[in-house]
Amino acid sequence: MLEIRWHSRAGQGAVTGAKGLADVISTTGKHVQAFAFYGSAKRGAAMTAYNRVDDKVVMNHEKYMRPDYVFVIDPALAITTDVTINHKDSTKYIITTHLSTEELKKVQPKLEGKEVYTVDCITIANETIGRAIPNTPMLGAFMKVSGMYDIEFFKESMKRVLGKLPQKIIDANMFAIQRAYDEVK
Amino acid sequence: MAFQKMELKDIEVWDGNRAAAQALRQAQVDVVAAYPITPSTPIVEGYAQFTADGYVEGEFVMVESEHAAMSACIGAAAAGGRVATATSSQGLALMSETLYQASGMRLPIVLNLVNRALASPLNVNGDHSDMYMIRDSGWIQFDAYCPQEVYDLNLMAFKVSEDHDIRLPVIVNQDGFMTSHTAQGVRPLSDDEAYAFVGEYNPMNDMLDFEHPVTHGVQTEEDWHFEHKARQHNDLMTKAMPKILEVFADFEKQTGRKYNPVEKYDMDDADVCVVCMGSSVETAREVASEMRANGIKAGVVGLRVVRPIPFFEIADALKDVKAIAALDRSSPNGAAGMLFNEIAGALFNTNTKALLSGYVYGLGGRDLTKAHLVALYNELQANADAGKVTTQLQQFIGVRGPKLAFL
Repeated sequence: MLEIRWHSRAGQGAVTGAKGLADVISTTGKHVQAFAFYGSAKRGAAMTAYNRVDDKVVMNHEKYMRPDYVFVIDPALAITTDVTINHKDSTKYIITTHLSTEELKKVQPKLEGKEVYTVDCITIANETIGRAIPNTPMLGAFMKVSGMYDIEFFKESMKRVLGKLPQKIIDANMFAIQRAYDEVK
Repeated sequence: MAFQKMELKDIEVWDGNRAAAQALRQAQVDVVAAYPITPSTPIVEGYAQFTADGYVEGEFVMVESEHAAMSACIGAAAAGGRVATATSSQGLALMSETLYQASGMRLPIVLNLVNRALASPLNVNGDHSDMYMIRDSGWIQFDAYCPQEVYDLNLMAFKVSEDHDIRLPVIVNQDGFMTSHTAQGVRPLSDDEAYAFVGEYNPMNDMLDFEHPVTHGVQTEEDWHFEHKARQHNDLMTKAMPKILEVFADFEKQTGRKYNPVEKYDMDDADVCVVCMGSSVETAREVASEMRANGIKAGVVGLRVVRPIPFFEIADALKDVKAIAALDRSSPNGAAGMLFNEIAGALFNTNTKALLSGYVYGLGGRDLTKAHLVALYNELQANADAGKVTTQLQQFIGVRGPKLAFL
């Protein structure tokens, strides 16, 4: 069982990102689950989304999770909320920030001693897609950190997931995924 | 017919709402009248999109309230159309008057009820309060535990509802958010297979059949009212379940997916078992398997058909266990829980001497964790070992504050 928790603000695309990731993984024969806590679902409110991946059908519907990966796609949430809640020793963090990993750990001491990767998904999204939608770049960074799939396979799969969008937007997302893959540290 | 077909993958990643919308599309529903409400909104949104995009030859009717939505569904069903809608919580509450009209007029309608808490306090999250509120309304009720089952039960619901011996509306329940907004793998049928399974709708006593004029929505006072109600109850008690079993069997033949009025999991030799509904059934199954690895013979019973209540099937499923927990996701507000009472009723005149205790859990979407279920199974095992219920009969799971226990 692989479990992922996303920290996001409503409107940044965590749910779409979680469902997109589930869609891609599902085509490789694994069983998936993607869900979210919406709260009162106001745009900009802090929220969490979740992925579960397993070789057998995912039966567990509890919301409680001790994640293997934590994705933070809004830079402030790493500082203003506790993104390490319910962590395991092996939990890996991929955090959107303009800071370096060391600088971030100074600002958020809870991340000290944890396996933290940083990438500036907001800037990448702004410069490629033209909007601060950091969900697809986060998945590019995840591919690099986890080595889950070959990046070309992943991009091809995401093209299908994004299928209904205009070609220009799909192309921009592919650039964003590749850049985050290359830039995550 | 003038509509496009959709190519689907062998496994689609759909949430429960998407699964329901796709089933409505494949069934080629003629009329959906709806007043969208969280968390059921994407179902009717999906149908409206499919209709606008030419995938359904049907009509989406926008109305001014849920009362009007069900009223329009009743009108369309009486006219002779295949009809469906979706709602939740407060929407269902506003619909409740017309729900009784629909069943009393013997109209086939499929309602996707995405289970959500009832105010006050206002809450958009999942519990079974709405499902419980209308359980005496004369609708057949199915319960889905995951998106695949939402899809499957929708297709089967039309076949049961529209049968000329049944002609009763059917509710397909799913958990708000925990199923409706949780994407999982769903194996759909092709458009042709799904439509062939549901079949062409052949209405009965339809008002648009001008050769055979009929009256709908009549008034009967003490001269006939009781006979009408008795006949409706009779058909629910004697005809509905055989038809449901037949449709379940047909569906299994076509898909290999087997449905039962009472879904048993590891019950053959179970000492302790949990009875529940919705997505909790699946979580409980996972925990039951883990309990067995620790030497506790745990099982799970899920209700698939809520109305008509599978009275004898419940008794049969529970006949050999030592301790049972009835899990109700709705506040009984001054009574034992519904499942507690139904199970007690089903077992009372049997030789089963199982210990029965009730638990209220998960109100307003409160998480039911695996840890809760582990503690629950251990408590049931303690009851079984002691030969008596060691706690009060009604407890709460997952509520903050001082421990609450009653009865």
